[in-house]
Amino acid sequence: MAKPMEQYKWHELNVGCVIDEPGNAREYKTGDWRSQKPVWNDSKCIKCGLCWLYCPDAAIYQTEEGFYRANLEYCKGCGICSKECKPGAIKIVGDIR
Amino acid sequence: MSTKKGIEVSIAASIAAKLARVEVVAAYPITPQTHIVEHLSELVANGELEAVYINVESEHSAMSACCGASAAGARTFTSTSGQGLELMHEILFIASGMRLPIVMATVNRALSSPLSIWGDHSDIMAARDTGWIMLFCENGQEVVDSIIMAFKIAEHRNVLLPVMVNLDGFSLSHVIEPIEFPSQKDVDSFLPPYKPIYSLHPDRPVTMGAYAMPEIYTEAKYAQEMALINSKATIIEIMKEFGDKFGRYYKPVETYNTENTDFAFICLGSTNENIATAIDELKSHGKEAGLIKLRLFRPFPKDELLWALKDKKRIAIIERAMPAGAANGPLYNEIASLIYNNKLDITLENYIVGLGGRDVHPEYFMDIFDMKIAAKTDKNFTVIGVRE
Repeated sequence: MAKPMEQYKWHELNVGCVIDEPGNAREYKTGDWRSQKPVWNDSKCIKCGLCWLYCPDAAIYQTEEGFYRANLEYCKGCGICSKECKPGAIKIVGDIR
Repeated sequence: MSTKKGIEVSIAASIAAKLARVEVVAAYPITPQTHIVEHLSELVANGELEAVYINVESEHSAMSACCGASAAGARTFTSTSGQGLELMHEILFIASGMRLPIVMATVNRALSSPLSIWGDHSDIMAARDTGWIMLFCENGQEVVDSIIMAFKIAEHRNVLLPVMVNLDGFSLSHVIEPIEFPSQKDVDSFLPPYKPIYSLHPDRPVTMGAYAMPEIYTEAKYAQEMALINSKATIIEIMKEFGDKFGRYYKPVETYNTENTDFAFICLGSTNENIATAIDELKSHGKEAGLIKLRLFRPFPKDELLWALKDKKRIAIIERAMPAGAANGPLYNEIASLIYNNKLDITLENYIVGLGGRDVHPEYFMDIFDMKIAAKTDKNFTVIGVRE
């Protein structure tokens, strides 16, 4: 969006609130919702990528070494990655800020 | 070159949709559905209408499919009635909020329980605040003309809202009337193909009907409200253009015999013809009563109604739906607020007639005029003909 959402006036919106700018959902930082976060133990990680696949927010990325981390701007701390991790390499820890 | 023939109004409505060159029809074909979609399915099956006919599994799905088709840029039509309209209810808001120019012929009927498929306005009064433009028809010719106009109104760049064309169940939908059909050539020149601003296409991706945060929802709904209110100017313009082309002129508020009287009835739909009959009969006895017909119900035509109400002292508001615990019938409540806001000194009376298909006799209106039916003191409205 060209400016923050709370600055838009009603007549500046597209007809029917159509979003004609693909990908602008990334401007909404869902990481603000988080009260816990995933922590990887790379010694247990087999680099299967299931955490990356299951993350409902596509907030998990692969590092140059092939391990995985969460982008904390978007990670809501839901814990699905930890639940799906077969070798138990992901621990969910409290993240009260 | 127009043609005139005696035809069932439902069939005529489907021919009007065909003349408008609809591209998608989605409908659920069971009672309380009417011949409107039944005949459209025949027209498509026979190759007389080049359209996609989607036979869905419920009215909820019918309106959902219409939303999808309209979002993809197709000229979309459907029809429903009674219970079917209520099953669509959720999606009616989505069609208007997403500003999809769907046209729907709504055959107004009673709601269960007790089970009834006969005509009244219970269904539409429960769906009146769904953000659609709403036209009401008095006869079959108005139904055909309104459907053709409805597409032009809905698709206008200043409007882009769904339009409902209301016609009374049975007393309009199932009667045979002489109706004049304009030629395909004339309709084509009046109604060019629909060109959407946004449509679902992989080459130009857009998101429709997205989530709105509290920071933007109010602005979004206000924009929709302004579009609905401002659509009236375009509606009037298109009604005039239709009249210039086809010779039949319509207005948001029409009057009959209101010039020399300070009393008038106000009503929606086909009951207006019964009232006009009563007015003619009263006239033959030297009594003058007027009739104010609301052809446009949403957006509520405030200015036009105020003009029609000037010099009036007593108004009888006739409705075909129970107030359901409200102070008065829905039409009364809106007119009363208009009169209060404009400090008019008019006595208002509220009468409920014709529920669940009960016959509405012109004598009722003559009795109302003569004050033979006293307004009840314990209620704000009077149900005519109820056995007590």
